[in-house]
Amino acid sequence: MIHQCADQVVCQAANINFNVDGLLNGFWQLTVDGLSWGAIYALVAVGYTLVFGVLRLINFAHSEIFMLGMFGAYFCLDYILGFSPSGNAYNKGVGLTILYLAIAMLFAMLVSGSAALGLEAVAYRPLRRRNARPLTFLITAIGMSFVLQEFVHFILPRIIPGYGGSNAQQPIILVQPKTQFTIFGASVSNVTIVIIASAMVLALLTDIAINRTKFGRGIRAVAQDSTTATLMGVSRERIIMTTFLIGGLLAGAAALLYTLKVPQGIIYSGGFLLGIKAFSAAVLGGIGNLRGALLGGLLLGVMENYGQAVFGTQWRDVVAFVLLVLVLLIRPTGILGESLGKARA
Amino acid sequence: MRSRMARSAFALASAGLLVVGIAGCSKQSTPEQDNTAQTNLKIVEQFPIGDNGAKLTPPDTSAAADPAGDGKATCPPLSIAMAGALTGADAALGINIKNGVQLAIDKHNKANPGCQVQLKPFDTEGDPQKATGIAPQIVDDPFTIGLVGPAFSGETKATGTVFDQAGLVATTASATNVALSENGWKTFFRGLGNDGAQGTAVANYLKNTLALKKVCVVDDSTDYGLGLATVVRTTLGATADSSCNIQVKKGDKDFSAAVTQLKGAAPEAIFYGGYYAEAAPLAQQLKDGGVTATFVSADGTKDPEFVKQGGEATKDALLSCPCSPAPADFAKEYTAAFGQEPGTYSTEGYDLGTIMLKGIDAGKITRPDLLEFVKTYDGQGIARKYQWTDKGELTTNLIWIYKVQ
Repeated sequence: MIHQCADQVVCQAANINFNVDGLLNGFWQLTVDGLSWGAIYALVAVGYTLVFGVLRLINFAHSEIFMLGMFGAYFCLDYILGFSPSGNAYNKGVGLTILYLAIAMLFAMLVSGSAALGLEAVAYRPLRRRNARPLTFLITAIGMSFVLQEFVHFILPRIIPGYGGSNAQQPIILVQPKTQFTIFGASVSNVTIVIIASAMVLALLTDIAINRTKFGRGIRAVAQDSTTATLMGVSRERIIMTTFLIGGLLAGAAALLYTLKVPQGIIYSGGFLLGIKAFSAAVLGGIGNLRGALLGGLLLGVMENYGQAVFGTQWRDVVAFVLLVLVLLIRPTGILGESLGKARA
Repeated sequence: MRSRMARSAFALASAGLLVVGIAGCSKQSTPEQDNTAQTNLKIVEQFPIGDNGAKLTPPDTSAAADPAGDGKATCPPLSIAMAGALTGADAALGINIKNGVQLAIDKHNKANPGCQVQLKPFDTEGDPQKATGIAPQIVDDPFTIGLVGPAFSGETKATGTVFDQAGLVATTASATNVALSENGWKTFFRGLGNDGAQGTAVANYLKNTLALKKVCVVDDSTDYGLGLATVVRTTLGATADSSCNIQVKKGDKDFSAAVTQLKGAAPEAIFYGGYYAEAAPLAQQLKDGGVTATFVSADGTKDPEFVKQGGEATKDALLSCPCSPAPADFAKEYTAAFGQEPGTYSTEGYDLGTIMLKGIDAGKITRPDLLEFVKTYDGQGIARKYQWTDKGELTTNLIWIYKVQ
């Protein structure tokens, strides 16, 4: 596009394309890539939505739980499984690679899960004991987010040399992205398959856990009416812990999947933008609603990928947030609306 | 309820044990042993180029000014200040410069017992606000007659007026923003080519010397990346394919959309205006996506982290830099003094320190005298020839091409 512009630099920065052909030609490819991002958003979004459902708290530190999961996965591959960092991909064969990834994912889930429990115990439980106002919780959440980021930025390098600090970790790449098959002309890589398959399994398990188990019933009961639930013999504290644990576990799993897609993304600030996107996804689907978070995540991933094809790569985040605003204008409670307590099983 | 909790805790713990158990203690074979090439890649200097992109012979550093002088210099106690990031995320560059100046001063002081000059380093953390607080301290010290720094463009912009008003000569070894010399500061001297000179030279190198017909230019939308890419696009003219002018964002790590577009355009080279944190994943995703075009970038990418993060995908990438590599003798002295190899801008720091020491040895021991000396200076350094225009830009630019190999 040709612009008449006095200041070339400013003009180019504001350059916006309108390339519908790009969207039409690459439609299926964009859909596939978008779905794999959406799957990651969806898993992280569950953590926001569950905690909101139960506590009416937006846990802004959840993005840092995700970030710690990335470091957990990296630590597992590096120290426990003995992969030395290198910019190049390892080739261990399909079976072993899946085994290693599964171990790393479990470890990342453990790290994120315990970090989420720790966060709840250190930051939020004391506030609940003192009946703090909702705003206090929110500020605490933002504060904890900074604490965890700066911990990894400045303190972690002193505890484990070579970890944290200002630069991203040197990547450990287990899966070399390779096209496995094409569908409607879109090439589907092994990374995409792993991400979408694991995310589907985890989402299904979470859905079952929330909607079919005794714990899940407890969570829904507390979300619906915590006083009555307590009267019925549900332990509110235990339910809250479980909620944080589930959110943390999923964030850890998402963290490993994310590092498959972006091996160079393991850095103290690496969770921030993704966390905001996941939070938007939760709001988009209807915050407090489990299936809403999953749907919102997928939708956000796909739509922002379409958006960047039409408007240009640098507009990706803008598209995501404009979409959020538009949906909320029409449906203020999000696409699926409702809350966790009322969601149909 | 309680027993169920206990059971799940037990399950988690045993899963953890399983992880450690399966892992054993054996170290994995490295990717190299898995039939992938060993990553012994390094960023190695190739040759300097001029504004028109033609290869130049490296400058003759045997005639470079020697800070030791004739050993007979006498002077009152004086100091040269150095300002830049010495701690924080960008400390490596500041320390490179500081050590360069330090080496020049050490050599001078050792050879000239009658003239002992002290280096006073000031840590700005690369932050314009901190630099603004530090600038008066530098200016108010009566012993300080010259400054090497500030290191970065932002802090130089914020403090230039202070040094100009104090008449303190401020030579920067690394601030390359084009607009800095447009402020009318009488005391500003840039010890290397600016971003405009770099962009012009590298674009001409691609177009004229390598005779490429189709280049895609990608930038990261920052002042630096976009500014550089704009110069490159303009200089390349028709060689820069407008169908693959791509902008990404600093902080992005997933470039799948850009890779698809670049693959479709099938250029001979891709120029990236931006920093190593994004350049490494971009180079890797391009390689994974089957794009074989030469990856070309500039000083923002010339960092060992680029190779560390990008691995084999960075092989054969071309990186331009206005910074000069260290001659062998200098590298040996530097390594002996500081226990690490000279880095980016070490030679510039050394040369700028040397120029001021030459002035002091010539009896220019007041700020106005030293300013006049630098303004009219014309001499060879270990990095390049130094002679400045009225605005404080070098009269001849020398841009180096580096290659990952």
